[in-house]
Amino acid sequence: MYDIRFTVNGQPEHATVPATMTLLDLLRDRLALTGTKEGCGIGECGACTVLLDGKPITSCLMLAVEADGHDIETIEGEAVGGGLSVLQQAFIDTGAIQCGFCTPGMIMSARGLLNRTPDPSDENIVEAIAGNLCRCTGYEAIIAAVRLAADRLAGAKQGRGQS
Amino acid sequence: MTRELKYVGKPIARADAVDKVTGAAQYTHDLCLHGMLHTALVLSPHASARIVSIDIEKAEQVQGVRAVLTGNGLCYQLGLYLQDKCILARDIVRYHGEPVVAIAADTLDIANAACRLVEVQYEALPSLLDPRDAMEESAHLVHPDLHTYNYMKGVFFPKAHSNIAHHQKIRKGDFDRAFEKADIRLTASFYNPPVQHVPMETHAAVAQALPGNRIEIWTSSQSPYTVRHLLSVCFGLPHADVRVHVPYVGGGFGGKAGLGLEPLAYVLSRAAGGRPVKVVATREQEFNTLPSRQGLHSTIEIATSNDGKIVALKSTYIWDAGAYADYGVNIGRSAAYSGAGPYSIDNCWIDSYVVYTNKVFGTAFRGFGHLEVLWGIERAMDLMARKLGMDPVEFRKRNLLKEGDTTITGEAFTSGHGNPQQCLEAVAEAIEWRTPSAPPIEPHKVRGKGIAMLHKAPAMPTSTSCAVVIKLDEDGGADVLVSGVDYGQGTYTVLRQIAAEELRIPIEKVHITWECDTAFSPYDWQTVASRFAYMGGNAIIEAAADCLDQIRFVAAQALDVAPEDLECEHGTVYPKGHPDRGIPYSQLALGYTFENGNSIGGPIIGHGRFIAKGLTHLDPDTGQGLPAQFWTYGAHSVEVEVDTETGEIEILNIVSALDAGKVLNPKLCVGQVVGGVVQGLGSALWEGFVFDEKGRLLNPAFVDYKIPTAKDIPHRTQQILLENPQPGGPYGARGVAEHPMISIPSAIGNALYDALGIEFTTLPLNYERILTRIREKAESS
Ligand code: FES
Ligand code: FES
Repeated sequence: MYDIRFTVNGQPEHATVPATMTLLDLLRDRLALTGTKEGCGIGECGACTVLLDGKPITSCLMLAVEADGHDIETIEGEAVGGGLSVLQQAFIDTGAIQCGFCTPGMIMSARGLLNRTPDPSDENIVEAIAGNLCRCTGYEAIIAAVRLAADRLAGAKQGRGQS
Repeated sequence: MTRELKYVGKPIARADAVDKVTGAAQYTHDLCLHGMLHTALVLSPHASARIVSIDIEKAEQVQGVRAVLTGNGLCYQLGLYLQDKCILARDIVRYHGEPVVAIAADTLDIANAACRLVEVQYEALPSLLDPRDAMEESAHLVHPDLHTYNYMKGVFFPKAHSNIAHHQKIRKGDFDRAFEKADIRLTASFYNPPVQHVPMETHAAVAQALPGNRIEIWTSSQSPYTVRHLLSVCFGLPHADVRVHVPYVGGGFGGKAGLGLEPLAYVLSRAAGGRPVKVVATREQEFNTLPSRQGLHSTIEIATSNDGKIVALKSTYIWDAGAYADYGVNIGRSAAYSGAGPYSIDNCWIDSYVVYTNKVFGTAFRGFGHLEVLWGIERAMDLMARKLGMDPVEFRKRNLLKEGDTTITGEAFTSGHGNPQQCLEAVAEAIEWRTPSAPPIEPHKVRGKGIAMLHKAPAMPTSTSCAVVIKLDEDGGADVLVSGVDYGQGTYTVLRQIAAEELRIPIEKVHITWECDTAFSPYDWQTVASRFAYMGGNAIIEAAADCLDQIRFVAAQALDVAPEDLECEHGTVYPKGHPDRGIPYSQLALGYTFENGNSIGGPIIGHGRFIAKGLTHLDPDTGQGLPAQFWTYGAHSVEVEVDTETGEIEILNIVSALDAGKVLNPKLCVGQVVGGVVQGLGSALWEGFVFDEKGRLLNPAFVDYKIPTAKDIPHRTQQILLENPQPGGPYGARGVAEHPMISIPSAIGNALYDALGIEFTTLPLNYERILTRIREKAESS
């Protein structure tokens, strides 16, 4: 058993975990953060994507002990102040959701992209979500959602800059 | 004057969107009940073997193991159409991956560890891997007891002491004579491999055996009432003692229709003294244990006159049902009555055989056999056009069903069916059919265009029905109860639009409960066949009318006017022409109270229902009859670019036209089309099970079984939605959810001929296959 300390969505957490436990199981089973999904358990589908220090990772492939000392962000932390984030709203507006099972992982991958590349090209977007499988939407609307979110965020920034 | 529509036909956002973008949506995967056990399975390593012995003693002794089950004590036969399946294998295993032992334990780790201690002795039997071999008289029988199984009589025809689970015949006119006399004849054969649905949420069920022989189930299913019915029949329980909940479902595509893991979860819970038991398929089990889409071998013979009129068509469809054919039989049936494409053919002969083999079994998959059948038909149409020296579009136009024609089952084609011709013309125009593809810059690349038609009707029993209940709330809002499942299609959003439209209230005030619960939600057969917007939509219209009748009845007394002199708008009922004298629904929803305190009426609850109209069984010898509530027609055109050095293919454009009758929600409808097109692309280019010579599945993981990613989508897609109204459809709508996937492979196969001059007959069209054929062609020329 290992004692680990980390933050999840800004909240400090402390857990005692076996060496074999994955970060995904820690989040879902211990912390009841079931927004993060398991689609394969072997790093092939992206449903379990969360951010580790701002970068997207597949939490099914990471051991819980490796989270020690790091900041984790999950879909549950995406909504801000009781409202949806720009990214979440963009997913709704472009119709990027069907069954919704891939959606949390998609949004986290997109969030990771926008963290490092606020004005991504379509190639950047495709690259960022290429590891996230979606069987429902055919991806077009998801790519459009990330584009829309980036544009809206840029617009908001510009608006602020001018005022 | 027709009232302007406020919600129907508008691009309203999904009702479930907020739950899904915040991670709040709870799926069966996410469910955790107090004391819940977890399940692991021991799977058959053989495609065909006799179980000699199973030793579970060591497993039972593991601390934390609560139930260990083998097929021995479980003498149940399950199925919707054909009861050919047991809960765990008994005596013999019929496919590699079939569950043999199930263990429920305190944790998944314990259950898995216990499974490793189970010892099963097998005696390998010969395995049948090709359904064409399985049809031979001498073939061993996958189900020696087939003649004893229960099945839906008059609809399916399992052949005793054979591997044929169903033989569907279609006979119209005199094929032999017309074929003999025809000017031009063509015969071609095609193949589709079995493929997987790949819902991102794998199958999952939680069951609890309750005291007094009651069952409570939570399941990732398309079919709450069918699960309830089949469990109640199987275990001999009153229907009301089986309660089925369906929370959010992470994709289905047909794979979650009928029964899945529910019976197993229940018998484990029963054996574990009533502790709730969760069974979740691993991704590997989703591939090799849970059902897939059947493979298909087709042989198609077509004869035409010199001027391109098809005079005769004969098809033989041999379906690779795999080890169980409960659902497969209905695919063999429905793909037969659609089995000549959307064409007018006077002399038609179809044999569709659903044949057992020793492979993972098949079930419904978006398109229900039509993608497979039309892979052959639509490729054969191009082959024939070439033989005639006709343009493929012109050849199709010459033969498409038109008003006054009859289908191959004798149904009269009317303008109410929609317009296949318009679909064809629309996709041809959008892809600039008459203009050859511009040559690519790189000399080793070539381009081509292809076109294909599609059609499909819901495959469902003649008595299929559904009901809707609407409860009015104190605030004048409405709660809509249904048990069709929205596993991504957007049906609930569409039903909400219709409810708001019909009840004359703002859409924000219409609520649809996301968890179906057979204890509260009214009956629906199951959510398959692209029929729920049609049937549920009609039921909602009736339920809303029932609510309005009740509203008017009470308001009439309150306002002292005749009910027929009242009208409703903006959540208010008022005497015609006097909106100022209205009463808001909120004052009527639970009953109306006069100033002096006297009250009348009571809670307003409306109900509506719909049952399939006029359908008949098909004649067993000729297949003649009325199988379809409605048909949906469509077409795709594609442009592809092929790298002749690598065999890689780029999809430049896919144009899809569907005659939706009425587009209830353009945003959702386009979403269905794009999603279906890309899923069809998977079947066209990459997907297909690969078995070794012993029948072991070699690609049960995403590493070896590739589905489309964001990198693989077409450069461009276009959606053309036609609106030739469907008589009897809600607002004239017909189903479109499955259709976009159908004929994508055919259109691409046709485009590949245009690009390369090579005829492909086998799916998938992966780069190895394309490159091999390019090289063969280069060598032979
Ligand atoms: S569950 Fe982690 S990548 Fe699939
Ligand atoms: S929305 Fe269903 S998997 Fe993406």
